[in-house]
Amino acid sequence: MTVEANDPGLSVAAGSGASLRPLLEWLARRAEPVVIGLVAILIGLALFSLFILAIGKSPITLFQLMYTGGFGSWFSIQNSLSRAAPLLLTALCVALPARLGLVIIGAEGAVVLGGVAAAASAMPFVGIVPPVVLFLFMGFAAVVVGGIWIGLAGFLRHYRGVNETISSLLLAYIAIALMNQFVEGLLRDPASLNKPSTKPLPKDYMLGQIPGMDVHWGLVIGVVACILSWVLIEITSFGFAARIAGGNVRAAQIQGLPVGKLIVGFTGIAGGFAGLAGMIEVAAVQGSANASLAAGYGYTGILVAFLARHNPLAIIPVAILLGGISASGGLIQRRMGLPDATVLVLQGTLFIVILFCETFYGRFKIFNPDLWKRS
Amino acid sequence: MEDTGIGLWGVPLAIFAGAIRVSTPFIFVSLGETITERSGRINLGLEGTLVFGAMTAYAVAVMTGSPTLGVLAAMATGAMFGTIHGWICKWPKVNDIAIGIAMMQFGLGLAFFLGKSFIQPVAPKLPSIPLGSWSAVPQVQAALNINVLFFIGAALALFLWWAFKNTRIGLILRVVGDSTDAARAMGISPDRVRLLATAAGGSLAAIGGAYLSLYYPGSWNEGISSGQGLMAVALVIFARWNPIGCFLAALLFGGAGALGPALQSVGVTQGYYLFYAAPYVLTLIILIATSSPTRSLAGAPGALSLTK
Repeated sequence: MTVEANDPGLSVAAGSGASLRPLLEWLARRAEPVVIGLVAILIGLALFSLFILAIGKSPITLFQLMYTGGFGSWFSIQNSLSRAAPLLLTALCVALPARLGLVIIGAEGAVVLGGVAAAASAMPFVGIVPPVVLFLFMGFAAVVVGGIWIGLAGFLRHYRGVNETISSLLLAYIAIALMNQFVEGLLRDPASLNKPSTKPLPKDYMLGQIPGMDVHWGLVIGVVACILSWVLIEITSFGFAARIAGGNVRAAQIQGLPVGKLIVGFTGIAGGFAGLAGMIEVAAVQGSANASLAAGYGYTGILVAFLARHNPLAIIPVAILLGGISASGGLIQRRMGLPDATVLVLQGTLFIVILFCETFYGRFKIFNPDLWKRS
Repeated sequence: MEDTGIGLWGVPLAIFAGAIRVSTPFIFVSLGETITERSGRINLGLEGTLVFGAMTAYAVAVMTGSPTLGVLAAMATGAMFGTIHGWICKWPKVNDIAIGIAMMQFGLGLAFFLGKSFIQPVAPKLPSIPLGSWSAVPQVQAALNINVLFFIGAALALFLWWAFKNTRIGLILRVVGDSTDAARAMGISPDRVRLLATAAGGSLAAIGGAYLSLYYPGSWNEGISSGQGLMAVALVIFARWNPIGCFLAALLFGGAGALGPALQSVGVTQGYYLFYAAPYVLTLIILIATSSPTRSLAGAPGALSLTK
């Protein structure tokens, strides 16, 4: 059953010098998630095509429109990037706790409360402080409120044994009810009649566009947050401890790692990022806090995080891809007469197939670094 | 409210009626989830199954004119969703909680997609039993006008409670749920039992959805569910995987959900949205009060990933 003896390719690799082997080992390790991920996406697209064929439409036309609507022109690319901005942050809200083995799905709650907190904290200072200082206030308030909200799910998990998946989701429903209460009551701008909102920010107090682009600064904030998260997980000792705890809680406890602090800290940071997404929605898009904050960014963020296998750097391209898919929704609706839920069906299909393909990890010898180590 | 003649008595009456009305979907979803979780697997995707069931029931009822056929069709689709979940989860390294989230998004998306053309037409409603015809007060009559599915749900809870203890199938289900190895040693295939249990759970959850679209509120739109499918999962934990407990917990949730509208009907409009959050807050408080970081939950199936 020895593979090496029968595999001509391998003997070539072994014969072509020792310097090649570490590279092959590295490649084998790195290629596994990329190859399996791409295959999963292809299977998902194939299944989705069958569905589109079954309802009598052309999947080729659909994918062409998706490309055109998402990435076909500079205009659509900018649109996709704008949509990706909140997804970067909400995906981090799922990915960071996931490194500790927690499944948090309530980012939506931190987004809406972060948005409300940002709008409320801006009110007394508009016209008094310069915009940059105002953004700092808003961002701070949003991060604190979002952090407390998701941190609470982490706290309950560790100190009370409450399942974090369910509690974070319940907290999201409670957050949306709280937002409605604030926006329609205490914080309501009397001038907002049809759509209850907080008092809108003046034009010069809005978070503007990146110079030379029609994309707001939220994109930069999101990308920086992803890079910082990567550094946190991969380079700092805090992140190293978290990865140990995520792999084996018992082992981490025996090592004396502060598992409780890690869980509350990571969920708190995660919630802070989602809260920041709410602040950006208020400061860069809506201008005020209102029901549009609950636009589902928290739920799409779950998909982004799982697609990126909870790697903060991988979140960046995945969020842009999904931003593009959702940006093309309108075009598909207009040109093909398909409902706007088409995008949701595609996302759901991809999500299921990608999770299913987890089962293929470790099954293929070609990805085993040990195979390439042996001579 | 001046011509009713029952004044503030309207509040408890409205809560009672509301509890029955609101609790019915909870009863079905939580019983379904109990069957699934008793087999050692958790299906978090019942929210998607519920909404897809609501859409299917409504569409079939519109097309055939029969709400009963609508419910049966919903059950079939629910079983299909459960089968997909059960089949995917039998593969190694696949996380049942994550698959549940994915199935939820898929079910919601597919329901909105296929249900787009059924938002306008009106479907026939499910029948109800007028138990209040003895009373002359219209509110009492309305409150005691109880839907058929509520009684079926109550009977089902009793039956499942009995069946878990006293039937061969119930025993097999519990063995698989408590120890995969013990089940294998007995010659039972855990994957097959879990697949069937998830399918059964899905078809019950779809009945809950059918109730939403065919009885109360009795229409199909994209906001038909307010998270009943997910809250039911928490409710099962609270009920300690006991079908009778599920029934009682569902009534409690129904009452909490009916509090806001009942108070609104007598003119209390302050904090409407906070009352709307009451069932979620109640669920969370119950979870906090009944969970423990040191011991596993009493009555929890041993193989369940939720409580590890």
